[in-house]
Order: sequence, then C-alpha cells, then structure tokens
Amino acid sequence: MGLERLGETTIVTANLDRVVGWARKNSLWPLSFGLACCAIEMISTAAARYDIARFGMEVFRPSPRQADVMIVAGTVTCKMAPAVKRLYDQMAEPKWVVAMGACACSGGLFPTYAVIQGVDTFLPVDVYIPGCPVKPEALLDGLIRLQEKIAREAQGGAR
Amino acid sequence: MSSETLSLNLGPQHPSTHGVLRVVLELDGETVVDARPDIGFLHRGIEKLAENRTYHQVVVLTDRLDYLAAHSNNLAYVMAVEKLMDIEVPRRARYVRAALAELQRIASHLFWLGTHAHDMGAMTPLFYALREREALMDIFESLSGSRLTPSFLRIGGLAADIDGRFVETVKSFTDTFQGRVDEYETLLTDNPIWKYRTQGVGILDAPDCVRLGISGPMLRSAGTALDLRKAQPYCCYDEFHFEIPTGTAGDVYDRYRVRIREMRESARIARQAVEGLPEGPWAAPGSVTVFPAKGDLKQDITAVIRHFGLVMEGFKPPAGEVYHAVESPRGELGFYIVSDGGSRPLRLKVRPPSFVNLQGLVKMVRGRLLADVVAIIGAVDIVLAEVDR
Amino acid sequence: MNLDALRVRFGAAIGEVTVFRGETNLTADRDCIVSLCKALRDEEALAFDFLSDLCGVDRFPASPRFLVVYHLYSLRHGHRLRVKVPLGGEEPVIDSVLPVWETADWHERECFDLFGIRFRNHPDLRRILLPEDFEGHPLRKDFPLEGVRKP
Repeated sequence: MGLERLGETTIVTANLDRVVGWARKNSLWPLSFGLACCAIEMISTAAARYDIARFGMEVFRPSPRQADVMIVAGTVTCKMAPAVKRLYDQMAEPKWVVAMGACACSGGLFPTYAVIQGVDTFLPVDVYIPGCPVKPEALLDGLIRLQEKIAREAQGGAR
Repeated sequence: MSSETLSLNLGPQHPSTHGVLRVVLELDGETVVDARPDIGFLHRGIEKLAENRTYHQVVVLTDRLDYLAAHSNNLAYVMAVEKLMDIEVPRRARYVRAALAELQRIASHLFWLGTHAHDMGAMTPLFYALREREALMDIFESLSGSRLTPSFLRIGGLAADIDGRFVETVKSFTDTFQGRVDEYETLLTDNPIWKYRTQGVGILDAPDCVRLGISGPMLRSAGTALDLRKAQPYCCYDEFHFEIPTGTAGDVYDRYRVRIREMRESARIARQAVEGLPEGPWAAPGSVTVFPAKGDLKQDITAVIRHFGLVMEGFKPPAGEVYHAVESPRGELGFYIVSDGGSRPLRLKVRPPSFVNLQGLVKMVRGRLLADVVAIIGAVDIVLAEVDR
Repeated sequence: MNLDALRVRFGAAIGEVTVFRGETNLTADRDCIVSLCKALRDEEALAFDFLSDLCGVDRFPASPRFLVVYHLYSLRHGHRLRVKVPLGGEEPVIDSVLPVWETADWHERECFDLFGIRFRNHPDLRRILLPEDFEGHPLRKDFPLEGVRKP
C-alpha cells in the first residue's frame, strides 16, 4: 500500500485484493456453535474480561448462512458429524474452520467408538488450537493467526 | 375445520438448547402439543473408556462429564473409590473439598444465570455473572493450573496442599459476593418482563418430580427439601451452618429464586470452610492410593518405585461394588463402581442428574407456547456432556 | 431396614442380602422384578419412592453374564438399597419397571442401547444415545473400545 498527497487530500493506493482481505480479516463473524467443554471457554472469550470484540469477531451468528468462520468448539461424535458437515456446507464462501481443542484436532482424550478422531477427517481445517480445554487467550491467539492467514491469502500467498 | 400439527426441529445446533440437544416439537399454531427430545449428540463413550483406564486416570475423564461443575464430578468419583477402598480422608482435605465444591456450585449457577437470562433476551446478566465467574476461575487456576477442569482431587486426598493465597482469595471473594448477588437480583427478581416469562411456566410438582427421579434445584423449587449435603452429609457438611432454599410453585421463576439463594448459601459454606480450615495432612497417610511426596522422589528409591507402580499399573481395590452420590449443582450425582479386584473398574456408571432431569421436559412443555420452551430448557440447567456421557 | 417381610412373600425368588461398605445389596430373580419393585415402593417401612439409577453390567466371561442393577432411595426414610438381577444369554430380556417408577423410561432405553438388554412392555424401546443405524452394543465386553470402523 502507498500514501500519496494530491494537494490537500491524502490518497491511499492499494490493489483491490488487499483491501478486501483487510476488510475480511477484521470482520470475522463466527458461527455460534458450541459442542462441549471448549464452548464454555468460547463464551468466556466473548464475555467482558477477554472481550473478543477487540478483534472484530463479536458478531456470533446462530445461522450458518451469515457466518464466515466455524469454530469447532468441542468433541465431534459420530452422531453429530453429519450435522457439523451440513452446517459447514450451508456457510457461504469464503469460509474458514478453526479446530478448537484436542477433541476437534485429534479426538483428544476420547479414542472411542463414538468420537470422530479429528474434524480434519471431513472438514478443511485452517487453524488448529491445542488445549483441553483451550483457554480464552489461546483461542484469541488462534483467531489472530487466522486473520494473519487471511491477510496472506489476499496477497496471493498460499493458504 | 380440520387441523393438523406442524413438526418443528429445534437443535442440535440452536443457540438456546445449551449444547447439542435436539427436540422435535409438534406444534398446533404456537402451542406445543408434544415434544420428542433426542439426545446422544455428545455421547463420547466415557463409561467404556473408564473400563480401560486405571482408577487415577479416570479422574480427568470425570472433569469432562459436567464441565460446568468439574470439581463436583471429581469429588463424587474419588469419594466412590475411597468408599470402595475404605480410606479415611483427613479433615483438612475434606474441608478444602467442601470449599471447592461450593465455589464450583456458585460458578455453575452463575453460568446458568447468565446464559438462561441471555436466552430470554436479557443481555446484561451474562456479563455481570461471568465477571464473578472469572474470579472463581482464577481461584481454580491458581490452585490447579486449569480453569475449567481442575482435577485437583486424588483418591485419598488432594493433589497438593492449598497454596498460601487460597484462603485470602476465597475470603475476599465471599466478602463481596453477597453484594454482587444483590446486583443480579435488581436486574431480574422484580423485573416484570422476567416474571411474565417465567412465573407459572414449566410447572412440575413434587410428586411428579419424585416419579420422574428429578433431584436438585428442580425438586427443591417444588417444595421438597431434599439435599444430599443434609440428607447424607459428606465432606464435613454436617459441621457447616447453611439452609436449603426451597420454592413452592415448581415453575421456572422458583427455580431461579432457589438457585439465587443457593449461591448465597454456598458462599456462606465456602467462607466457613476456609475459616475453620484444620491443620494436618491433606492426603490419607499410608494409603496405597496416594502418590509419594515430590521431595521423596529425589532421594528415596522406594518412593520412585512406588510412584512408577501407581502411574503404570495403578492400585487394586478389593472386589465389590459401591455407589456414592453427592449433591452437584444439578442434583444427585452418583458414581456406581464395580470392581473385580483388578486395577481398572469392571464397570463405572455415572448417575447424571441432567439426564434424569431432562426427562421432565416433555411434561413441562406440553400445552405451553413455543417461546416458553426456551425458558423451560434453560431452567432445567442441563449439561449435555453429562446427559450423553 | 428390615427385608424379612419380603422374604416371606417372595421366598426363594429373592436371594441373599449382603452388606458391603454399609450398602445393602439384594439379589432377585428376573421373573419377580416388577412385583418386587412394587412391594419395595409401597411397603410402609421401606417406601423406596425414588429410583436413583438403573444400569446394566456385563461380567463376561462370568455366567450369568449380565446384571441389571437398580439403585433405590427412600425420601421418607433416607435409606438406600441396591437390587441386582442376573440375566443370562446373548439376548437377555427382563420386564420393564416403568409402571413402578416413571423415571425408568430413559434408563431402560440407555441400558438397551449400550448392552442390548431388552425390557418387556417398554412402550418405546429404541436407541437413545447412539445413532439409529449403529451396529452392536458398545458397553458389552466383546465390543472393542475403538469400535468397528468402516474403511
């Protein structure tokens, strides 16, 4: 990006992709979608102390059609997986997936008959956040990394 | 004129089902004719997993059963194993356990209050309630290193002695807490909108509750003062002064009143527990279940061997079976453990209060309006991980 | 808690009464379970009006393999009792106690789901925790922890 002065006015020049990327990364709307323990920490992140609004992400949308980022907050079981997949399919492009916590990343503590061993077996995950449960600071860190990734993509970088 | 009903699917992804609960409602206009709850979306196989873990390894699984009251689950489980092993836990450990259980009850009720009010359109109580909850999370974190899942209990005692600041932080919390509860009450108790949404909604009388096995605040809001802390005292609860709040109507509003007063009582108990905290050991001396002290591991080879054995192989309780129940924030939380004399349980069954209490849902929503369903689900105070296990 | 009156009425259908760690255990025959539960609930001195819990136990390879365990509590007297009913065979069947305690509904469905124990006269006996198309009963000892994964 560059700054130019033309008489009294200042003009910012940039390519359109970058501007769009900048706007996208600063207005991520997460799908409000809690599954298990991590969802409680996700709610704490949205509340007063951690205040996710500082990063432009406080607009939790219950409808997948209005959301950009799916935070998979908790254990995905075999019974729940079709619903998760369907929610992802209902989200409009561009969309991102954050696997929050050990269960979403890899099945976590539960190597059992009922649990999907990592949501990356059926969803394209952009950011993995370890922890059991993930602390609010770690969730914010993961989401900031997602923002960085979106900005990188806008500059033509790899996903 | 013919009429037919409309099926409406609520969940498993819905902002006010408190997790992955699905309810299929049959509606006649806006009136609920019937409801079919569908659970199991968070069934993780914890009971099966526990059969493949040593007794100590199960402690961390119990955290994840009811993550809003993880300490209560730890407590119910370790007390069941202690009963099986016939271990006498020192008084200091019992006092700390009781204090933590009451702080956990407050944290759980605060989260319930915030999300329940939020479901009904009141945004402010969520931020107020989570403010105090963060103070409690700090106490748990400084003690155990984890906010939500403390796992601070070991079979036979605690994981460590309390740190130096614990007593002071609990005291300063309880000093201010009653005033904070007053704040929540100014927002809701006499609020006409809140009363209109909750009074006379979701009524379940005491005989119905007993028939359905419902316990905890739901039963007490209908007028039955059953509380296991009084009925079958554990953790020195018979040494603390507290009352059991009850309601009369058994509706959503009375459940709110009962839980608000329970928070006040819990703060009183926590205060008494830290003020009367006895000196002495924090784990049963000489018990085979207790890990050797960290200092001994550096000097004493037998301590290292014992530590290795406990971690790798665990201990072997006698064959037999026990059931132990505690009063969790949601009701009677029991653990039934069957041992065949091995180092892993033959069967571990959780008696989850949420699972049983949720059965009352159908009876409560029949004939009510669709908007009441949200209020009624909220007032049951379910944790889906515990419902589904 | 005195169970002598029951012994007179049910005779050999109820087995020995044992006490372990202060908890009373009663073993009973499958066929008398509903009438026994009714008696436990309605007998003045017992008054077990609250069914705390109902669950299955798989003791494979012991025989009889399954147990159905009822945990009872009396609000009036504050005492507890555990009733155990042994069940043999691969397709165990027992009568539903739903007419005695309404709360047994979901407990019995769960027991059917996880152990494959059938409850006769249950009006809606279908899976509760696992998906409808799940094969097998996971809490049986011959079911692997990781489950049977399809390729």
